[in-house]
Amino acid sequence: MQKFETLTAVAVPLEVANCDTDRIIPARFLKTRRSDGYGQNLFRDVRYDSDGKPDPDFPLNKPAYQGARILVADINFACGSSREAAVYALADAGFRAVIAPSYGDIFFNNCFKNGVLPIVLPADQVAAIRQSLTDNPGSTLTVDLENQTVTRGNEVWSFAVDPQRKECLIEGLDDINLTLQHRDQMSSFEDKYRAERPWMG
Amino acid sequence: MSTSLPRTIIDKIWDSHVITEQNGETLLYVDRHLLHDGSFHAFDALKAEGRKVHRPAQAIATPDHYVPTTGRRFGVPVADYRDLVEGLVANTAEAGITHFGMDDPRQGIVHIVGPEQGFTQPGIVLVCGDSHTSTHGAMGAFAFGIGASEVKHVLATQSIWQTRPKTMRIEVTGSLPEGLGGKDIILAIIGQIGAAGATGHAVEYAGSAIRALSMEGRLTVCNMSIEAGARAGLIAPDDTTFEYLAGRPYAPTGAAWDRALAHWRTLPTDEGAVYARTVTVDISGLNPMVTWGTSPEDALPIDGRVPDPAAIDDPVRRESKARALEYMGLTPGTPLAEIEVNRVFIGSCTNGRIEDLRAAAAVARGRKAKVPALVVAGSGLIKQQAEAEGLDRVFIEAGFEWREPGCSMCVGMNGDTMAKGMRSASTSNRNFEGRQGKGARTHLMSPSMAAAAAVTGRFTDFRRLDQA
Repeated sequence: MQKFETLTAVAVPLEVANCDTDRIIPARFLKTRRSDGYGQNLFRDVRYDSDGKPDPDFPLNKPAYQGARILVADINFACGSSREAAVYALADAGFRAVIAPSYGDIFFNNCFKNGVLPIVLPADQVAAIRQSLTDNPGSTLTVDLENQTVTRGNEVWSFAVDPQRKECLIEGLDDINLTLQHRDQMSSFEDKYRAERPWMG
Repeated sequence: MSTSLPRTIIDKIWDSHVITEQNGETLLYVDRHLLHDGSFHAFDALKAEGRKVHRPAQAIATPDHYVPTTGRRFGVPVADYRDLVEGLVANTAEAGITHFGMDDPRQGIVHIVGPEQGFTQPGIVLVCGDSHTSTHGAMGAFAFGIGASEVKHVLATQSIWQTRPKTMRIEVTGSLPEGLGGKDIILAIIGQIGAAGATGHAVEYAGSAIRALSMEGRLTVCNMSIEAGARAGLIAPDDTTFEYLAGRPYAPTGAAWDRALAHWRTLPTDEGAVYARTVTVDISGLNPMVTWGTSPEDALPIDGRVPDPAAIDDPVRRESKARALEYMGLTPGTPLAEIEVNRVFIGSCTNGRIEDLRAAAAVARGRKAKVPALVVAGSGLIKQQAEAEGLDRVFIEAGFEWREPGCSMCVGMNGDTMAKGMRSASTSNRNFEGRQGKGARTHLMSPSMAAAAAVTGRFTDFRRLDQA
């Protein structure tokens, strides 16, 4: 997994509450193999019309936001399906961080497995950030994971992140290797558990 | 854990599955794992990393997302889908995981098959790479959906890293009016608390109305926990649970059953246990629920009208609901009972069980469908049971199509979709934009309501069909 380093990049605002993962990547693209890439189908059905022509009003299509690597969304972002493809699509399109007041739980977890940082900030702060990005299209934000801050000019917002997930992102660690460090605990747990619950087979 | 503090059922299951804790995360033991034809990313990655499946006996697999619901004697006609369905056969065979294939009557939607086989049991941690894994909570399990990377992790280690969820109790009071079911209850709950109303929480559903529900009704309620943002939703096991479970293929028998039962009876929440949040939903006098928008929270009783977004204060929310109405092609103030439909879908992990088919058949009996209607049993065994009861004939005589088991039009990944602008009455769980096909408009409701929509061509209170 790619290491997460301090990121200064164009940020794009998305003014949709409860933006579900079906909207982020429609079901018909989920059969794609990971190696074939998902970026071209990010927000497919709201980004392009039925002839495949980009909708000029959709934020990701506006010239000022080209090259954006940070998405600033609204409440319950990426709710719905567990499809990790929602993160694949964002990551393959270049996004490394998302900022929102809340997320679909499974998407939030999936982000960390793909080198994408989902940041939670209070709704009023996120709304203010989206407004500033709308007023100044193409402006940048800086995400500093080490110090857990988002910066825009003189404004600094702090965010919380689980220490283990932070470490995995910063180091680009695979969590299976981390888990296997606990092999002894796992096997003693299993022995005890199976003895207590023989009906589980 | 040796604590005398009263605990919720969620805490009890959690505490008994902790392998280790580190930096605020818990390594949780996973009892059981369900796999389907969308699980290929996990198998691909596992193979690429040269890892092996750690505990194959603790998983079962069945294809559901991509299987055709008609013409099965020709196999899977679309090559891309066929690769995924056959890929699951190969991956599970290589790992030694039990697989119920398309020619096996036990094949079906994973969330139907788990409880049906008794693979889902009280007090266990169960995961699956599908968000509707919350379904299994109805049997008193802590069950949640995970992504492909986590599926890979569970395959390789039989464990998962999790942060402890906050607990939430949803107390459903009152008694459910005759003919209504789990779908009406869960839509009423989500309508009240919102699509993010339970985010970050594991929910226990409690109260007289939940206790009175059948196992099927409970499975429907827990199924849609994710639509309120909950990580998991569960119901403490009781005699309804134990009677449902007894005699199923994976359920313990004899002395093992007695020992298991003694454990299961310790699971319900202790008197005085504290939840981070408690919400009460009164369902007395509830009318059948129907959704009007593109989020499951957009739910109203059938006697309601399409709401006016202009009345919403928050600008993003107002804009989102206005967009939903535009997408749905609806005008504020329209009575829901005047909305006409083009398609009806009865099935899914939400409402594809035998009780659902019976309810829909009771409405369809002796009537004729005015619009194309699809009935898709949740598993091959449910299909057999329905046929033994003559329900297939009721549906066919009423002009409904009787299909083979799978996710079908709920997820629209196997070719069962509808065209742009078409409107469905659907017993599934999501009314998201494009869920049943690009530009397709989905309205969620119970099997009785969907069947009533089929025979009248519009949303109709199934209890007033004779007056319609």
